Amino acid sequence: MMKVSAQNKAFAMLLSFGLVAGCSSTGDTMEEDGYGYDSGSDVAAIDQEGGSTVYGGEDGEGVSSSVLSDEERAEARAKAEQEALRNITTFYFDFDTSEIKQEARNALVTHARFLSSNPRQQVRLEGHADERGSKEYNLALGERRAKAVERFLVVNGASRGQIETVSYGEEKPVVRGSSESAYAQNRRVELIFK
Amino acid sequence: MFKKQNSKRGLAKRNLTVIGWLMAMCFVASSARAELLIRITEGANSAIPVAVVPFAESGAMPAGDKVSSIVQADLTMSGEFKPLDPSKMLSLPSERSEVYFRDWRMLGQRYVLVGQLTSNSGRVEARYELFDVNREQRILGETAAAPAGNVRSLAHHISDRVYEAITGEPGAFSTKLAYVTLTGSGKNSVYRLHISDIDGQRSKVRLESGEPILSPAWSPDGKKLAYVSFETGKPVIYIHELATGKRTKAADFPGLNSAPAWSPDGKSLLMTLSKDGNAEVYEKNLASGKITKLTNHWAIDTEAAWDHAGKGVFFTSDRSGGPQIYYMERPGAEARRITFGSRYNARARPDSKGEYVYYVHQRERSFHIARRNLKTDEEFIVTRTGTDESPSVSPNGRMLIYATEQGGKGVLTVVSADGGAAYSLPASEGEVREPAWGPITR
Repeated sequence: MMKVSAQNKAFAMLLSFGLVAGCSSTGDTMEEDGYGYDSGSDVAAIDQEGGSTVYGGEDGEGVSSSVLSDEERAEARAKAEQEALRNITTFYFDFDTSEIKQEARNALVTHARFLSSNPRQQVRLEGHADERGSKEYNLALGERRAKAVERFLVVNGASRGQIETVSYGEEKPVVRGSSESAYAQNRRVELIFK
Repeated sequence: MFKKQNSKRGLAKRNLTVIGWLMAMCFVASSARAELLIRITEGANSAIPVAVVPFAESGAMPAGDKVSSIVQADLTMSGEFKPLDPSKMLSLPSERSEVYFRDWRMLGQRYVLVGQLTSNSGRVEARYELFDVNREQRILGETAAAPAGNVRSLAHHISDRVYEAITGEPGAFSTKLAYVTLTGSGKNSVYRLHISDIDGQRSKVRLESGEPILSPAWSPDGKKLAYVSFETGKPVIYIHELATGKRTKAADFPGLNSAPAWSPDGKSLLMTLSKDGNAEVYEKNLASGKITKLTNHWAIDTEAAWDHAGKGVFFTSDRSGGPQIYYMERPGAEARRITFGSRYNARARPDSKGEYVYYVHQRERSFHIARRNLKTDEEFIVTRTGTDESPSVSPNGRMLIYATEQGGKGVLTVVSADGGAAYSLPASEGEVREPAWGPITR
């Protein structure tokens, strides 16, 4: 159990580096700035997580070579965890934002790695918005959400050529109705592996 | 035939027949489906009392609604008139000599419309007169004719003439609506692009697809529609010639191809493309195909619309952190933010006179249509429903149609531009959204 959480932390660390590297390597600072609150909260999240996890990650790696059966068990567990994360293919957003939520990151990193180790695999990212506001703005918002996920996947190892994005705006809700919970489930990006 | 119609511009009563035939031709092409119903929800207190006297008839009249009933419904629908119930009329005059002004004054009427219909070899002719009760004067006296199958066109034409004689503004009763209906859900969804009269009658399907259709926009001559269709799995802008059904792709770039809006001269199309990375407003010259980028910002820029004069451009941008309306004095000029005081203002639609601009406006948790006076900057909330979007102004600027929800289903609602009166157009089946009010094409 200790080990798993250490792995998780190592994960978060990698992810933090990935994000930071991504921001500076795209050279697209204008665009990142464009997300104002998005990039701001990203940085805050990295600082918090990063500060407390960097050492945890290294410790975990240091202890890993003990008994073979343990290692196998851990591997199996890790594999199961990856599988579980791979099954998460819908990612949710807050109203009028395209910020990737903290809880979405492990699964997205897993998808990115899967894409990276399967270069022929293609994925379609479908961006959606809730029904509130105007349709055409929501179309652009859905696209921005899909592109935020695309960027995240690319920063974490997927190649741009594997990814196709499309926005449906508010046209294809999963849940009909005008409740907060319906809205929350409709503001999403779906990954569709082909 | 179109030329003929154009050359007779202004001779309304003559060319109504031509229009009638044109309509007949257009409408044969497809069958009716998912008719809109009409539900008058309220009337304005300031509505003008007018008596539409049932027209006298000679010859066999076509089955269906009576011409005078349609005129009465049109005037009621506008919210600006309060027609007298025919059962309360003391007499049913059909020409000047039979009109006793004292009686109509007693009934509190300001105007009286009387008329006669003659049916002859497949055509219906109307002679009609409108009287000002207080002045005891005839203010309109005309004849108009249409094929018997098109008495609705004849009635809407009379409504337009009455409306104009009283208000001084052209009527919009002969104009058309474009809208999208959705039936079924998930994989069984069917989207249909319709055109109908503004009372929802005579609806015809122009496009049917299993994928979303949105943003229909009328060309200024009313002969074409631009819209976004997802039929290829992504948003593509099409231009659809209504008389022939011929379609061309106006934009099919990687990413977004959305929010088409015609220039007032019909020569170019504003659109939102994200081919260069994020949503920007572009102008496409339809003759040369040349595309010019009008905005250049990392934020979302979309939902462009020309101002009334065809000089400046309104659009939505979230460059301040949330969507707001901006205005460029000429294409590509520096953008000036014009909406404040709410975190969400989007999809501006100006009226035809340059007085007001309408847009989607968030107030607390609700989305309404707001109207801004462009001279005084005064903002007024026009709609009282909740999830309101897609405002479209009638060509005379007196009415507004928008999409909202009733009982969890999408309906269209029409209000007078000051929010005074309303009728809604629910679909008989499924939902209806994306209304676009067509131009006056007389």
